[in-house]
Amino acid sequence: MVFEAVHYTYASGVEALRDVNIEFRDGEIVALMGENGSGKTTLLKHMNGLLKPTKGRVLVDGVDTAKTSVAQVSMKVGLVFQNAEDMFFESSVYDEMAFALKNFGFTEEKIRRRIEWALKFFELEEYENTSPFLLSGGEKKRLAMAIIMAWSPPVICLDEPTIGQDSLQKEKMMHMIKMLNSQGRTVVLASHDVEFIAELKPRVVLLSAGEVLADGPCEEVLTDMRLLERASLTPPQVVALLKRLEDLGVDYRVLDVEGAVEKILKVIRK
Amino acid sequence: MKIVEVESLSFTYAGVKKPALSDINLQIDEGEFVLIAGPSGGGKSTLCRCLNGLVPQFYEGEYSGRVVVDGLEADKTPIHVLSQHVGMVFQNPHNQLFSLSVESDIAFPLENLGLPREEIRQRVEEALSTMRIEHLRDRSPFELSGGQQQRVAIASVLAMRPRVIVMDEPTSYLDPLSASNLFKTIDEVRSKLGLTVLLVEHRVDLAVARASRLVVVAEGRIIYNGPPRTFFEEQNPHLYGVAYPKVVKLSVRMRKALNSWSKTCINPEEFEEEVRKLRGGL
Repeated sequence: MVFEAVHYTYASGVEALRDVNIEFRDGEIVALMGENGSGKTTLLKHMNGLLKPTKGRVLVDGVDTAKTSVAQVSMKVGLVFQNAEDMFFESSVYDEMAFALKNFGFTEEKIRRRIEWALKFFELEEYENTSPFLLSGGEKKRLAMAIIMAWSPPVICLDEPTIGQDSLQKEKMMHMIKMLNSQGRTVVLASHDVEFIAELKPRVVLLSAGEVLADGPCEEVLTDMRLLERASLTPPQVVALLKRLEDLGVDYRVLDVEGAVEKILKVIRK
Repeated sequence: MKIVEVESLSFTYAGVKKPALSDINLQIDEGEFVLIAGPSGGGKSTLCRCLNGLVPQFYEGEYSGRVVVDGLEADKTPIHVLSQHVGMVFQNPHNQLFSLSVESDIAFPLENLGLPREEIRQRVEEALSTMRIEHLRDRSPFELSGGQQQRVAIASVLAMRPRVIVMDEPTSYLDPLSASNLFKTIDEVRSKLGLTVLLVEHRVDLAVARASRLVVVAEGRIIYNGPPRTFFEEQNPHLYGVAYPKVVKLSVRMRKALNSWSKTCINPEEFEEEVRKLRGGL
C-alpha cells in the first residue's frame, strides 16, 4: 500500500490528513500512533477505500482506490473497526461470517470450511449459533477479526485492538498479530496503547493533527521524548522511569524491563 | 465511618446458571480511593451495579445478601433516590450524554429532582469548575474529545452531590495522556470534596499509585482486598488478568539483582528514590 501526498478534509471542513506519504511493505507490522483525533482512523479508512483522498492518491497493490470499488479493495485489505459491534447485524455468528463470503461469491462448501477454520482459530466454535450481540467485549473483537480472516485478505487493519481488553486478552491479541504476520500477512494497527506497541515492537508511524511526525523503528520513535511530547503521547513506562534518572547517567532509550535493569545496575555499580 | 457495606452478597443473572457474584464481603471507609481490578467477565461490573441498585432493580436475577451505601439498602431504595448518594460513570461517555450543550446536560438530572433554579445554576457552576470545563459550557458534548466528554459525564454526576462515585473503566476510550490527566483530577476532587471513589480499571499502572486499596475480583469472588503493594509482592497479578505495572516488575527484578534493594516500588517516585539511595550508599 502506498499513500502519495494524501490530504483528506471532512465535509465539516476539518482537515483530518495533511500531505501523508507512507509506504507499507509486504509482510510488515506497522503501528499508526497518536492521540485521539490525530488522524489514525481516517488513515485506516483510506486503506480499504472506505474514504478516498481529497487530494493525492492511495495505491493498493498498484491500484488507485479512487478508481475501484470498496468491495474490490476489501478483498485485499480487511478492516476491523474499533467498535466491533458496528460491524454486526445478523442474528447468529455463523450468518454474520457468511454474509461477506456470500457477497464475494464463494461456494456454500467453501464458505462452511472457511468459517469453521476461522471460528476455531479465534476460539469461538461454541458460539456458532449465538447472536453476535450476546458475546462479551473481548469475544466481539475476536469475531470481528474472524470475519475478516474468513476471506483471508493479505492485509489486515486493526483499529484500537486493545481497547477495553484485560491483560490476558491483550496477550492473546499480541500472539494473534504475530501469528497473522508469520503467515506472511501485512498488519497495520492504529493504537494509542503505548505499552502494547512497546512490546510488539513494530515500525511506528507517529501522527499529530493529521500529519506524519515520524516514521521509524519502535525503539527509536517511542524513546524520543521530544517527538512523543509533540504527539501528546506519554512515553512507555520503562522510558519514563529511566528518564527520571538521566542525571545519574542512565541511558533511557530502552523499552524492555531486562534492558532497563542492566542500565540501572551499571550506574549503581559504577 | 463505613460508607459502603457489602455482606454475603451473591447474585446470578436471570437465565444464567453460573453466579456472577458469590459471597462478596466488602467494607469501605468514607474518603477511600479503591481500585477494583480483575479479568473481564470476573464480576467487577456486576459489583458496581449492585452498589447503585441497578442489580437487582433493573437487571433481574437471584439476589441474596445485603448492600448498604451511605446508610441506604441498595436493593430496596428507589434508583432515583440512590443516585443522589452513589454516582455512576461508565466506560463510554457517549452513552451518558444527550443534550445540545454541556451546561444543559449537567442541569438535566437536577431539573428532574425538582430543585429550585438558583440551586441548579449554582451546582452546575460548581461541577463545571471542579472538572475544569467552564470553557466548554456552551459546546455540544458530541463535538468534544473523548477526554472532555468523560469530564462532562463526571461533572453531571458530581452535580448530584453524591457521597460515593463508582466508575466502570472510565478511561477505556481515552489516550494515555488524557487518561492520566483524568485520574489526577478524580483524585483531586476526591480529596477536596471528601468523596469515596471506587474505580474499576484495566490501566492499573496509571491508577494504582493513587489508590489506597486494591480489590481484585475474579470468578465472582474477591480474591484480594488490601494495600496494592502487598498484592504485587505476594500474588501473581497476571493470573488474575491484572496488568503488572512496569515499575513493579522492574523493582522485583532489581531486588533479585541487588540484596540491598529494599522494597517493591509501586510508583515512579519510590523507584527513583530507591535508585538514588543505593547509588549514594555505594
